[in-house]
Amino acid sequence: MTALKELTLDVVKVRADFPILERKVHGYPLIYLDNAATSQTPRQVIATFDDYYRRYNANIHRGLHTLADEATAAYEGTRETVRAFLNARERREIVFTRGTTEAINLVANAWGRANLKAGDEVLVSLMEHHSNIVPWQLLAEQLGIVIKVIPVDERGVLDLDAYRDLFTERTRLVAVNHVSNAFGTINPVKELAGIAHAHDALILIDGAQAAPHEPIDVQDIDADFYAFSGHKVYGPTGAGALYGKAALLEAMPPWQGGGEMIKTVSFDTGTSFADIPHRFEAGTPAIAEVIALGKALEWVSGIGLELIGGWEQQLLAHATERLVAVDGLRILGTAPHKAGVISFVVDGAHSQDIGLLIDQLGVAIRTGHHCAQPLLTHFGVDATCRASFAAYNTPEEIDIFVDALERVIGMVR
Amino acid sequence: MTALDAQAELVDEFEMFDNWMDRYQYIIDMGKQLPAFPDEWKSAETKIEGCQSNVWMHHRLDGGRLHFDAISDAAIVSGLIAVLMRIYNDRTPQEIVSTEPSFLEELGLDKHLSPTRSNGLHAMLGRIYQVAESQAA
Repeated sequence: MTALKELTLDVVKVRADFPILERKVHGYPLIYLDNAATSQTPRQVIATFDDYYRRYNANIHRGLHTLADEATAAYEGTRETVRAFLNARERREIVFTRGTTEAINLVANAWGRANLKAGDEVLVSLMEHHSNIVPWQLLAEQLGIVIKVIPVDERGVLDLDAYRDLFTERTRLVAVNHVSNAFGTINPVKELAGIAHAHDALILIDGAQAAPHEPIDVQDIDADFYAFSGHKVYGPTGAGALYGKAALLEAMPPWQGGGEMIKTVSFDTGTSFADIPHRFEAGTPAIAEVIALGKALEWVSGIGLELIGGWEQQLLAHATERLVAVDGLRILGTAPHKAGVISFVVDGAHSQDIGLLIDQLGVAIRTGHHCAQPLLTHFGVDATCRASFAAYNTPEEIDIFVDALERVIGMVR
Repeated sequence: MTALDAQAELVDEFEMFDNWMDRYQYIIDMGKQLPAFPDEWKSAETKIEGCQSNVWMHHRLDGGRLHFDAISDAAIVSGLIAVLMRIYNDRTPQEIVSTEPSFLEELGLDKHLSPTRSNGLHAMLGRIYQVAESQAA
């Protein structure tokens, strides 16, 4: 008999796992609300690094000695953890990358160069992070492919009718995020995938902002490619993953060449490449980081993304209620389905001033264009303030944040 | 008063405050007194990059002395402009070039407004020295 699942998140218990939350900034307790940029790291993940370098630091896959064997087992063990995290069919569908950006560049360079010709079309949404725009622009310059932009409405929601209308017989790929990093909009990726497939196009989903907030099921979505970053899901920087359907990955040529990705190398008879996923993992990877990523996903799964997502929705509702009451404050991105991200601008107070001054009170938020300049330009601003939430944030922290915000607005007006 | 005297005067003023929120308020209030900046001065040449806010800096040589005007849409940057104007305005290019920006450290601005925070202070300072060097040459 299984134990009853907890219904609410025990935030005190969660916070105890994050040593950084004990620090003070300018004499104030740190209130960290820049989780969409990077999340903080639980002690279990931090301990992974210490354990790895003290006990089994070795290069993976080739060595016959015990340390290499243990490191390889831990590294490949994370592949299984990621497979389960995304509900992929097979482990070999998981390619380790430095993060989402590298994963998208991998698809653009390995799949894109092999499959796209001049005049072929890639659909990208207006709310993409630059990392899901620029790789396609580079490819457009080099191959002559055409980038078409899926528009958004005034709430920051994708216009699905316009999306359908963009497809032509030349449309080969849709590249969209699951959750907007700038506005927090949760996109209907399953529906987007269905429409793409009905037009014989593939779909690549940038899941960087979704992975920390809701359970991901790449089979249910029917994603062709799905990418996420470890450092936004309580893991370390430098490790992330690309999911690709096995048949797609198998048909893709390598992107980077080097060790680990070959079967045999010869100057006479040529070089043959390793099977997936190792074909796409040239050189010594970030071994400790990947192992730590596995630990982070275990930590997340131990609490449960349903519970974390539900808690963040409570934080989002509370923060929204408090922020709309601030004089002259306007929230950008009012989609009905949002992750724990709030972007806002304030009349008479530049986001840069707010960011600098609120830091003096120990509050970390993000200001600027959030690497989503096309979206911000569309909404007529060049910068916003963004507060984004994680499992360890509390309603009390949001109250302190909003009180601090009102104080600093008063200083600059 | 020399540029060095102006720096010393600012250091004295800053010492009246025992915390940074008050210092920021003082900087912001100085920025509110900046003279008007005509729209026709806003151009690609006067725009200063490397800042989260928009900054333009205009300069002219008047009787062998450099006069700077600048504007920003952000309050702290406007205040920093006022600080820079007090130190560098109406000096000869030679005096500017030979004046070390020691106020950055003495006021603690190097810690609070470090280049990584892309606040424009270092970009504005760079522009002032660049203009002075080209005029002094």
